[in-house]
Amino acid sequence: MAAAIEVRDLVKRYRKGTVNAVDGVSFDVEQGQFFALLGPNGAGKTTTISILTTTLGLTSGSVKIAGHDVARQASAVRREVGIIFQHPSLDMNLTGEENVRFHAVLYRLYPYRPLYRLMPAAYRSQIRELAEVVGLGGEIFKPVRRLSGGMRRKLEIIRGLMHHPRVLFLDEPTSGLDTASRRNLWQYISDLRKRRDITICLTTHQLDEAESADRVCIIDHGRVVAIGAPQEVKSDLVHETLHIDAADRGALRSRLHALNMPFSEDGHFVVRLDGRTAYEVVHSIDQPLTMLRTESATLEDAYLRLLAGEDA
Amino acid sequence: MLEMHAMAAIAGRDVLKFFRDRGRLVAAVIFPFTMIFLLGGTLQLNLGKSAGFNFIGFAFTGFLGMTLFQSTAQGLTSLMEDRQNDFAQEVFVSPVSRYSIVFGKILGETLVALVQVIPFVLFAWMLHVPLTPTHVALLVPVALLSCFMGGAFGLLLLNTMSDSRASNQIFNFVFLPQYFLAGMISPINVLPWYLAALSLLSPMRYVIDLARGVVFSGTPEYGRVVLLSPATNIAVLAAMFVVFMVAGTTLFVRRETSR
Repeated sequence: MAAAIEVRDLVKRYRKGTVNAVDGVSFDVEQGQFFALLGPNGAGKTTTISILTTTLGLTSGSVKIAGHDVARQASAVRREVGIIFQHPSLDMNLTGEENVRFHAVLYRLYPYRPLYRLMPAAYRSQIRELAEVVGLGGEIFKPVRRLSGGMRRKLEIIRGLMHHPRVLFLDEPTSGLDTASRRNLWQYISDLRKRRDITICLTTHQLDEAESADRVCIIDHGRVVAIGAPQEVKSDLVHETLHIDAADRGALRSRLHALNMPFSEDGHFVVRLDGRTAYEVVHSIDQPLTMLRTESATLEDAYLRLLAGEDA
Repeated sequence: MLEMHAMAAIAGRDVLKFFRDRGRLVAAVIFPFTMIFLLGGTLQLNLGKSAGFNFIGFAFTGFLGMTLFQSTAQGLTSLMEDRQNDFAQEVFVSPVSRYSIVFGKILGETLVALVQVIPFVLFAWMLHVPLTPTHVALLVPVALLSCFMGGAFGLLLLNTMSDSRASNQIFNFVFLPQYFLAGMISPINVLPWYLAALSLLSPMRYVIDLARGVVFSGTPEYGRVVLLSPATNIAVLAAMFVVFMVAGTTLFVRRETSR
């Protein structure tokens, strides 16, 4: 089966640009995967997403979405993708339902009717069902300008999923949302992944949101600087450590030297695990310990380490 | 067929937005009242006799043509507004052809312009502009052609703008001179050669002259008011429409993806 997203040597230089905004990016995303595209502001994430969703032309390279070439089969690509944009793209003059109806007609799901009650029964029941699923209920019939930021995001997700896309692009979907709304939204997306075999491509600044991704790709200055499962990226860049201490520090130090374990001292002993488990290390030390704590690297640690290295 | 529904949805959105905008609704009544009652009435009393024709009818056709043409043209620039408000993304990532987006937009703004000229016709009728049911029936296709022309012109202009502010500046620059070059409220039978040449380039001139050709048909004033035969006006407008649409749509589609 073709990859859901196939990007090869993608280059984009804006007409008035002096450098490439995207500079030879390549990656694949398998069907059903949760893929996160990370990078600082101006790294080329939104440019990449814009090309992948056909709203921006590429300078060179090739991109295929669900087997369709974005340059030659843009219309087929558009039918396969759903997008939640970084900036809300709802029409504030319309109600939530009118925004969704507009989308449904543009995606050829239903014929256009000027009033909700004239729309086919199947549409009306789909609207009611989706509004209940995301907790919008009757609010969907209110003007969008009266909805909260969280509700607007949910509305955009309902809209983006109306045409059952194979690939869902989420371009910083939680920007501007409060903590409760963020958590709610991710719960909904997680439930969605369980129900449907949908590929998700996420760009975000909130690195904790990418922890549960199947694969992450970090780009900077338009280039891929790391790609792989979050665990791989983390272990390549940041070491898991064991923090220990003992009443007899001299004995503990000698023991660590004897075991040939790399460690540093920072008021206590910080031991790099390097693939060993914390249990194995503790088991091999016979001194009584006064402190015992493990520290796992987060994706954010790895990300910051990587970008610090890039800038150095 | 499916593209037709998409065009209807795009057009329906514009009509809905118009009816929800109280300011635009009020303006649609106040503007014709001011122009026909106040300006047309004043000109008729002071200049009508010396000009030798019905100045209210002259002003009515001038404002009718201008409103249809300019309202549709300006409506097209809301594509620019959509782009700034990020709504355009929703439209451009959909599988609808770019040509359908443009046609749907012109259709929607045409419907809005047609609604806006209803008060004009009512005020003109109240002020005894000789409008028969035949005139009104003939004005419908004239109005449609005028709106399509305005839409094509607006589309071409849209490609020269970078944001809504630029669009306002360009519109003042492009439309204000046409009020005079197209003879909206002042006759242009006699013009110096350089203004006559510029007048021939103004699409609004043919729109207004066509409306006058209908309203003044069969009256003794026809020869003094109407500049070209309706057939000539229609031929020029059709040619301009084709050129503006092809150029405007090509530039628009290219601009959307070739940033």
